[in-house]
Amino acid sequence: MNKLEAENIYFEMVRGRAFEYAAKEHYMQGDISGFLHLDIGQEALSVAAVKAFEKGDIFSTYREHIMAMARGIEPSAVMAELFGKASGVSGGKGGSMHLFEPSHFFYGGDAIVGGHIPNAVGCAYARKLQGSEDGVMVIFGDGATNGGAFFESLNNAATQKLPLLFLCENNGYAIGTAITRAAPFKEQVKKAEPYMLTYSVDGMDAEAVYNVVREAQTKIQEGHGPIFIEAFTCRFEGHSVSDSNAYRSAQEMEHCKAKDPIEHFKAVLREKYLLSDADISTLEEKAQKEVDDAVTFAKAAAEPEVDALFEHVFAEEV
Amino acid sequence: MLYREALNRAYDEAMALDETVVTLGEDVGLYGGSFRVTEGLVEKYGEKRVMDTPIAELSIVGNAVGMAIGGLRPVAEIMTGNFSLLAFDQIINHMAKLRYMSNGKITLPMVVRFPQGVSKQLAAQHSESYEQMLCAVPGLRVLSVCDVNYAYHALKHAILSDDPYIFIEHELLYNKKGGVNFDEQLDPFKARIAKEGRYVTIVSYLKMVDDVMTAVPEIEKELGCSCEVIDLCSLNPVDYETLKASIEKTSRLVMVEEDHKTGGYGAQIVSWAAEELFYALDAPPLRLAGADVPIPYNRTLELASIPTPDSIAKDVIEWGRKNDV
Repeated sequence: MNKLEAENIYFEMVRGRAFEYAAKEHYMQGDISGFLHLDIGQEALSVAAVKAFEKGDIFSTYREHIMAMARGIEPSAVMAELFGKASGVSGGKGGSMHLFEPSHFFYGGDAIVGGHIPNAVGCAYARKLQGSEDGVMVIFGDGATNGGAFFESLNNAATQKLPLLFLCENNGYAIGTAITRAAPFKEQVKKAEPYMLTYSVDGMDAEAVYNVVREAQTKIQEGHGPIFIEAFTCRFEGHSVSDSNAYRSAQEMEHCKAKDPIEHFKAVLREKYLLSDADISTLEEKAQKEVDDAVTFAKAAAEPEVDALFEHVFAEEV
Repeated sequence: MLYREALNRAYDEAMALDETVVTLGEDVGLYGGSFRVTEGLVEKYGEKRVMDTPIAELSIVGNAVGMAIGGLRPVAEIMTGNFSLLAFDQIINHMAKLRYMSNGKITLPMVVRFPQGVSKQLAAQHSESYEQMLCAVPGLRVLSVCDVNYAYHALKHAILSDDPYIFIEHELLYNKKGGVNFDEQLDPFKARIAKEGRYVTIVSYLKMVDDVMTAVPEIEKELGCSCEVIDLCSLNPVDYETLKASIEKTSRLVMVEEDHKTGGYGAQIVSWAAEELFYALDAPPLRLAGADVPIPYNRTLELASIPTPDSIAKDVIEWGRKNDV
C-alpha cells in the first residue's frame, strides 16, 4: 500500500473504534437498543479487508458497522440506523445487524450465522454470468464455519469455479463458546483446503490483511476461482454489549489487548510511512469529529412515520 | 396441453424474453426435471442458465437469493415440498425479509417452484403441504395453481415480476390436460370461479378444486341446490373481494383443503369469514381437510387421510341436511 492508503486505513480504524465506543455509550443511555455487536479489537481486519477488496460486492456478517463505513457508507447513516431513525441506512427497519447499501455493493449485515454465505455464492454466480471480473467477498466469523450453509457454499463455489473470496474472521469465540470446543481444530482454514486455495493471516496486522486480500482479489480477477482466507483476530469486548465477557480470563484479555491493531499500525505509520505525531493526531481528531457529528445527526434525526410500517414489503402493488 | 407443458412453455417464453432469467435445482438440466417441467431448456439456453445443483436445498434457495441480488431472475425448483424444510431459513429469513429490512434497497425478483402434496403412496416424507407456513410469512407471494391456463399465465407473471414468489404445484396435476389462451391478460391474484352457483360457496385450491368439481354433481343432486366453486389461485394475497361477493350471494361457506386440519391454510379463510361476514352466513362454515396424521404409505389409509371426491360429497351433503341448505 502507498502512504495515502495507509493513512486512510488508519483513519478508518480509529474512526471505527470511536464509532463503536460512541455506540456503546448510547446503548447504555438507551438511545440504541436490540443487539449491538462491537468490532473493537478487530478494526485492522475489518477495514483493511474492505479497503483491499476495492471493487466488487461484499456480503458481511452482523458485526459490520466498521466494514460498512470502510465501504463508503456515511457514519451518520450507520449511526442513525442504530438509533432506528428514518435516515438510517436501512430506514430504521434493519438496525445494527442489517446495514444494506447496494449503491456501494454492500449487502448487509446478516443476522443468521452463515446464512448469507449461500447468497454470496449466488451473487458470484451472477457476476460470472454477467462477465464481471471483480468478484464477491463474503465475511463471516469462525462460528459460521460449523454450519451446513458454509460447507454447501465451499462445495458449490469450488465446483462452479466462482469468483468468490471467503474471509473468515476467527476471533476464537462463537458468542461465548471457544472454537476449540465447537470444532476439532482451531484453524478453520483446514475445512476449505480440499476445495480451494487458502491463506492464513494475522488479522491484527492491517498491512498483512490488506496485502493478502489484494493478492486474492487479483487472482480472482484473473479467473482463478474461489479463495479462502482465515484471519486470526481478537475482540476486546464481549460478543455483544450485553455480554459480560466473563468466560475469558484476565490473562487472556491482557494478551489480546497487547496486540492492539491500532497501536500496531500506528507504529507502522511512523516507521515505514514516516508520519509525524502531529499527522497522526490530525487523523485521530478528524475521525473523532466525524463520529461526534454522526451522533449529533442520529440524535436529531426523525423517527420513521408510522405509515412506513407497510412500506417495502413488496416491490409491486397488487 | 398438459399442466407441466404449460409451465414449461411459461419458462421457455420468460427465458427467451429476458436473458437474466436462470433456473436452478436438482436435475433440472440434463435430466430434464423430475416432473419434466424444465424439459428441453438446457438444450436451448445452455448450462449457464439452466443449472443442475447438488442435493443441497438450502443452497438452491440461498444461491437464488444471491443471484437475484446480483441482478438475475432466478427460478429455483425444490424437488418436493418436504425437502424445502432444509431451505426454510433462506425462504423465511432471506427471501422474504431482505427487501423490508433494507428499506426497499434490495429487490428480489425470484421464484421458488414448490411441487408438493399427497401423490400416490410416497409415504409421509414425500407428501407434505406447506402453504400454511409459507403464507404465514410476510414478504412472500404465494400462488397455488390448479387450472392449466392459469398455470401458464401465473408462472410467467411470477418469473417476470420483481417480487419473491413461491409457486406451489400439486404433484398429481402435472399430467392434467387443459387449454391455454396465450393471448389472455390474466391477473394471477384473482380467484377463479370454477363453477357458478347459488346456495353454497365451496372454496378450495390446487388439486382439491378438481376433487370438489367431481363431487359437486352428487352434492347438487342430493341437496337440490347449486354450488359455487371458487379456486383461490393465489394464497397470498387472497382475493377476498371475490369470496365476499360469493358468500353474500350464497350465505354458506365450505372450505376444502388437502393439508392437515390443525393450523391448515383454510383456517384463515374460515376465520376471515367469521370476522367479516358473520351476519351474511346462514350456517356455520364447514371445513374439510386432511387428517392430523403423517401421510401413510398404504393406499387405503392414504386415501382415508385426505378429502376425496366421495368424502367431500358425503360430508357436504350431511352438513347441508343438518343446516337446511
